Amino acid sequence: MSRLRLAQLLVRYTLLVWVAIIFVFPIIFMVVSSLKPDLQLLRDTASLRAFLPIGDISLDNYHKAFARVPIALFIGNSVFITATTLVCSLFLCSLAAFSFVFLQWWGRAVILSIILATFIVPFETIAIPLLMIVNELPWIGLEGLTFGWLNSYHVQIVPFLADALTIFLFVQYFRDLPRELVEAARIDGANWFHVYWHVILPLSGPIIATAAILKFLIMYNDQFLWPIMVAQEEQYRPIMVGLMYFFQLNVPWGEIMAYLSIITVPVLAFYLSLQRAFIQSVASTGIKE
Amino acid sequence: MPHRDYRPVLMRVFRSGGLSHHHKAGWLMAGPAVFLVAMFLILPFFMAFGFSLTNQRLFSPKPTQYVGLDNFKRMLGVSYLILEPERDTQTGTILIDEDGAPVYPRLRTYTRNNPDYPHLDRMREWISFDLSEDRRLYLLARDVIFMKAFVITVTFVLVTAPLQAGLALLLALLINQPLRGINVFRTMYFMPVVIAMVVVSMLWRFIYDGQDGLLNSLLGFMSFGLFEPVDWLGNTETALGSIIAMSVWQGVGFHMVIWLAGLQTISPHLYEAAHLEGANRWQTFFYVTWPGLRNTAILVMVIITMQSFRLFPQVAVMTGGGPLDSTQSLVFQMVERGYGKQDIAEGSAISVFLFLFVLLVSLGQRYLVRER
Repeated sequence: MSRLRLAQLLVRYTLLVWVAIIFVFPIIFMVVSSLKPDLQLLRDTASLRAFLPIGDISLDNYHKAFARVPIALFIGNSVFITATTLVCSLFLCSLAAFSFVFLQWWGRAVILSIILATFIVPFETIAIPLLMIVNELPWIGLEGLTFGWLNSYHVQIVPFLADALTIFLFVQYFRDLPRELVEAARIDGANWFHVYWHVILPLSGPIIATAAILKFLIMYNDQFLWPIMVAQEEQYRPIMVGLMYFFQLNVPWGEIMAYLSIITVPVLAFYLSLQRAFIQSVASTGIKE
Repeated sequence: MPHRDYRPVLMRVFRSGGLSHHHKAGWLMAGPAVFLVAMFLILPFFMAFGFSLTNQRLFSPKPTQYVGLDNFKRMLGVSYLILEPERDTQTGTILIDEDGAPVYPRLRTYTRNNPDYPHLDRMREWISFDLSEDRRLYLLARDVIFMKAFVITVTFVLVTAPLQAGLALLLALLINQPLRGINVFRTMYFMPVVIAMVVVSMLWRFIYDGQDGLLNSLLGFMSFGLFEPVDWLGNTETALGSIIAMSVWQGVGFHMVIWLAGLQTISPHLYEAAHLEGANRWQTFFYVTWPGLRNTAILVMVIITMQSFRLFPQVAVMTGGGPLDSTQSLVFQMVERGYGKQDIAEGSAISVFLFLFVLLVSLGQRYLVRER
């Protein structure tokens, strides 16, 4: 290898590493800070020790944060809401996409294009009227028939069960599948649901993973405005809104960093173990128009 | 009446999905999702338009009334006024205050029940600046906070969109090199994308903190104590810039991946050809890479623009719109009014305005990049 080429390589890697520092160090700082007592934490920010887990390292901040607010409940709420929405919405949206692509029925083209058009409506612009709607809706639960959905789990789940992006992803994918598969199964006498469940779904692994990752990120990370409006009661509070209230208690930074790490580290671990799939799913929103 | 053969007609109906096709199964399978979208997306969308024309409140003893475009007129009402300084009634010289600045008449005398200026009634000062030594221009607005929120949101989009798209492209080019271990770097650059904006905002609040913040400490450390600490979020000059920098940090990896997907669709043969023709690196970029990225560029710009108009968690977590309304945003104001003050009508009016504006911008973008 020539000397010039070696120097070039060195320059490239140096650049890559510097950029990596910008993206990764704030995250390292967050996790490392959550392990330090407050005095040391503030002292350490003045040097590179800010990024090193050295000194008086402990899980004290975590113990204190858990003692201060019911974080376990908030995590449970977020996980329950995210998981329920994820499973139900993948089922409903893929079923609808199957019907749009493989079945012939009156109005399907028009309805599909109306659904896809809702893509350009930012959620924020419908949040206020949606609040009015859910405030009036009936629900049958353990306490019998009740009116008004505020302060519940379902108010954080049901409005997000069907969305344009998930339907769009499945429609795109199903259109590329060979129609003969469906026709062959129909000739064998399978009913439509059977075809969906036993023929199409087993072939849909990649798109299910993509849609699941995107929906997971949207539900777990981006749900903030809506729960602020509809879930004031602590019992139904998801973890992001819990964070807002936690911060308003004027707690020391160490505990806040602990709270942030509790939210983030599981997602980061999930991402690092499936990074190819994560990046693929973001890319897939871009490739197809 | 002659007998008519209906079979061709029936066949056409049949083929076009008419009679014996799968109406029932089709509706059964698509029905639930269609119903949910109609109920929780389309219905509230039209309700927002409806509410914006009324004086609806969440709970109100008074019946809701149709008020036409009043909400929009109030939000968008702007005007201007040019004033001359007050003069001494005898000598005619300009009156000067203690700081040596000319004294202008109080705006309230023009905007409160002044029969000569009916169009300025109830307006407040939005911005003002000197045109010359003895003339001052006042921009007035009926709803000053809304106008500020609008201008700041547009500024945020105008800065963030090109900055984030450009940096994302640079990162994509950097990561698209055939180097050993390049995937590790890609993984790291993408990392902030999987972290919630609320978490990122809280973390950066600490980093930006005026007293204990990491940024001040590090800058002081690197400049050997010469750097004067700045309260990044507490200063009207730095607050919005700080939010922009953080938003770009969080989101740039997302668009890097989209650029990367675009880069990988460009055929390697084109690069070989360019190499054989003796093109240098810039020429290769401008004649091979950039034309191949056309569609990706449109997509990236449209997505970033739509995302940036939704500026909310950063503001809610970091500044609450302050200091001195220097980080207001449309969505933040929509929530403040529609939810905080339970003024459904005004919140809906901002929603409708935001939607129409985003739509207009996307259509404009499409027009600008259309195939010629």
